[in-house]
Amino acid sequence: MFSYCSDPSSLSGFTWLSCYLTTPKHAGFYWSFLTVLTLLAITAPTALAFGFGGASAARSRIAPLRWFGKSYIAIVRGVPDIAFFLFFVIALDQAFEWIRHQWKCPEWSEPIRQGNDFVVCAAAKLPLGTAEQWVHEVYGFFTAVLTFAIVFGAFAANVLYGAMRAVPKGQIETAEAYGMTRRQTFWRILVPQMWVYALPGLSNLWMVLIKATPLLFLLGVEDIVYWARELGGSKTPRFTDYPHGDWRLWYFLVLLVFYLCFTKLSEVVLERVMKKLTRGQATLGGTT
Amino acid sequence: MSCWQTLQDYAFRSIGYGERLLPRDDFTLCQQFTLIGSGMIWNVYFGVLALMAGFFLANAMAVMKAASNPWLRKPAEWFILVFRGSPLFIQFFLAYFLFQELKQSTGAFGWMTSAWAGALVVLFLNTAAYSAEIFYGALRSVPKGEVEAADAYGMTGWTRFRRIIWPTTLRLAWPAYTNEAIFLFHATTLVFFSGFPAFQQKADALYYANYFADKTFNPFIPYPIVAFYFVLLTLAVIGVFGLANRYLNRHLPQERRPKLRYRPQIIR
Repeated sequence: MFSYCSDPSSLSGFTWLSCYLTTPKHAGFYWSFLTVLTLLAITAPTALAFGFGGASAARSRIAPLRWFGKSYIAIVRGVPDIAFFLFFVIALDQAFEWIRHQWKCPEWSEPIRQGNDFVVCAAAKLPLGTAEQWVHEVYGFFTAVLTFAIVFGAFAANVLYGAMRAVPKGQIETAEAYGMTRRQTFWRILVPQMWVYALPGLSNLWMVLIKATPLLFLLGVEDIVYWARELGGSKTPRFTDYPHGDWRLWYFLVLLVFYLCFTKLSEVVLERVMKKLTRGQATLGGTT
Repeated sequence: MSCWQTLQDYAFRSIGYGERLLPRDDFTLCQQFTLIGSGMIWNVYFGVLALMAGFFLANAMAVMKAASNPWLRKPAEWFILVFRGSPLFIQFFLAYFLFQELKQSTGAFGWMTSAWAGALVVLFLNTAAYSAEIFYGALRSVPKGEVEAADAYGMTGWTRFRRIIWPTTLRLAWPAYTNEAIFLFHATTLVFFSGFPAFQQKADALYYANYFADKTFNPFIPYPIVAFYFVLLTLAVIGVFGLANRYLNRHLPQERRPKLRYRPQIIR
């Protein structure tokens, strides 16, 4: 990157480091931080939407919908989240391919599961065999986001379900006394008021979500953990201009500090939001 | 091969007894159940030992964090911040490379790079930090009246802490601590997916489930089996912690005893 970097073997000390840290490979490492932030930015609202759907389903008056909502919450929370990550990444992929297979190749007669193989026609493959590299990466990222949203949606659903029940009964009864329908009560009274009860749980969930992002590595996305392992491993002079020993310890230390700063920052911001929201509410936080 | 034979071959495969080779093809449901169940030994091992050791460190850290002396308070605050503020996954990697560095520079500590010791240390510190925060919160919400009553009886220092403050802290913290225990058991599945290698394919339940899913390309059988085992484990944890909860609140009349419910409103 810098002009003096043309012959790294002659450099030493700080200049060597400045050249080392600006190699194109390191650019990939820095971009992967953006991947993590993008994942968070997309997943958080999606998971909230899933959670809202799940919570609404769990308190629905239609029994099958209620059962679905409640079992969605119970199952996802009772099982280790990483098991779900590993499960959904394959299951979602196979589900998409199966649906496309039914739609694109209706004349296909062989079974889809042949022994230990999952076979769909070539036109149903996702992404298509001819697709470019970036399509594969985007598709992998997309399934990862969906997986995160499903898992954290269940946790959000649990929080929102509790928050909906925490809204004072008097509010609902007043709405009914005014002649509002069930739907009106839900949208005009319950939903605006539930957020303050949901916020402690949701902010905790946000922290958990941040701390779950390194699991992207297990889903096959080239995230910060992937790059830290890749760059930190010992390099011999044969393959690189910047030989070094096993530095993975230091790379992971950087990741640790990154996450510490990130969670600390979130904590400060969320505390401020909570203060703002509780102002004037009839809770302990609001009266002081 | 009969299911009984499979059970004999693989029931203790995860700790190195029985058949050395994992099944390669023609996977039966019995094999999957047995091998994944065998892996649960490791999950239980990590969870139980980390919890038992972590309990003591957590109490010490909570008391230290509540201390007014900054020389005690600051280290505890930093300890809790570091272990609660960073992902367990990263902690595993970092610890593995740290132990490896130690092994190379000092020659000793070689056993720390293997999962049974290294990952256990990380899990122990991690659960100690999370539990310390729970106990600290409970310590601060001990009713003032109880402490004043102890003062009125002339109790001071250690006696007051041991007889009045600590039992109440435990009572208050117990439901949240139960959740922490459940999530710690869930966290044990991460061990063999982070830096720690599985020596001779001796590993935990999720490792074997992943093995089957990779081989059969069918995630719909092994992962539900893992889920089934973990639901059982969760129920067992709730049962044991429920007994402890009953013991802690045995002085209260039946209907005033707080019920222990699995309600992870606040998860780790």
